[in-house]
Amino acid sequence: MAFFSAPNVRLAGISACVPVNILENSKYPGFSEDEADKFISSTGVERRRIADSNTTTSDLCFKAAERLIDDLKWKKDEIDCLIFVTQTPDYILPATSCLLQKRLGLKEEVFALDISLGCSGWIYGLQVLSSLLTNGQLRKGLLLVGDTALKPCSPDDKSTYPLFGDAGTATAVEFNENTEGIRFHFAVDGAGYESIIIYDGGFRNQVNVDSFKMVEVEPGIKRNKLQTVLDGMNVFSFGISKAPESIKLLFEKFEINLNEIDYFVFHQANLFMNEMIRKKLKIPQEKVPYSLKNFGNTSSATIPLTMVTELKERLRKEKARIIACGFGVGLSWGSVYFKTNKITVCDLVEY
Amino acid sequence: MDLIDFIKNLASVFEDTNPSNLTPETRFRDIEGWSSLIALSIIAMADEVYGVKLKGDDIRKAITVQDLYEIIKSRI
Repeated sequence: MAFFSAPNVRLAGISACVPVNILENSKYPGFSEDEADKFISSTGVERRRIADSNTTTSDLCFKAAERLIDDLKWKKDEIDCLIFVTQTPDYILPATSCLLQKRLGLKEEVFALDISLGCSGWIYGLQVLSSLLTNGQLRKGLLLVGDTALKPCSPDDKSTYPLFGDAGTATAVEFNENTEGIRFHFAVDGAGYESIIIYDGGFRNQVNVDSFKMVEVEPGIKRNKLQTVLDGMNVFSFGISKAPESIKLLFEKFEINLNEIDYFVFHQANLFMNEMIRKKLKIPQEKVPYSLKNFGNTSSATIPLTMVTELKERLRKEKARIIACGFGVGLSWGSVYFKTNKITVCDLVEY
Repeated sequence: MDLIDFIKNLASVFEDTNPSNLTPETRFRDIEGWSSLIALSIIAMADEVYGVKLKGDDIRKAITVQDLYEIIKSRI
């Protein structure tokens, strides 16, 4: 069992940045009026934000990080580590975290790392950062997480394009001896690697002339091999079994009582799947915030984005016990339990 | 696992389908109201009622109500 406990680590603050441009699903050209209504009521996604062609994930994360550092009044030379989680990096190489070190004006003596994960990425990134900080050798760290998930989606694919949105986030974590720390469960099933995949453009299938050929897979789904394929049925089947299982394992291992949890922040996959997960765990509706309506599925950014847009006031003023769970592309999933005590939550940044 | 109960459970996934209109030979994609969301609802029903995990390929390969029943029955 892949459990991990990181004592003496505290989540200090969260920030998120979304592009200003809005796409309304009621106006998606691939839907009839009836189809649009059905899509919105089942997925819960009414609109999403889309980055323009000059804006990357690292731009959005940079804006979120600058605001967070300001609001926390952190000195930049105190920051010892920087983790960047994305599947839409600036370049194939070098790692985008190196560029972000320079751009954020961090010192050279910094641990910087890119992690390639999507829906489960915030949980895995938080674990890597927490494990770097837990013994106090490194004291402060930034976790930058996000995706411009729409960039690799075909606008003519109604199974992906109306679902996804773009966002970048920043989470501040620090060494602190007066806290209980952060606890995790992780798992992976590589057998499901084709459930969400872009086939070409990596080094298994390098870009070739064929990669650009648009193919109509079924009515309303036209894409090429450089664009995202989503097997909705497989992901659904996976999500409704593995997300509840992961949370139950976390509860058992660390003797957590479901009733003592204030908020369950799930990866925002789609409303139909998320509600099924909530009902299986018998969690009351008011403990499960959703940002799906206005931002869609923003891949690895969904959990921190939901905390910023839906829980901002409460996390600023109150103590909270939080469970978060990410699940998807990989297939990869994980859960985390942590307490917050009046943390810094920045106003949503638009760029 | 009972076929008649399964047909009732399957009919309940569709909006306006009377179980008496469904037979084991019915091609479930031809039932009025079929959509990709109904496919997800069938996966959800198999999970909730029978504790069986159906994958995308299971749904894609099945043609009739009987096919779905056999797949689920073999995994209980």
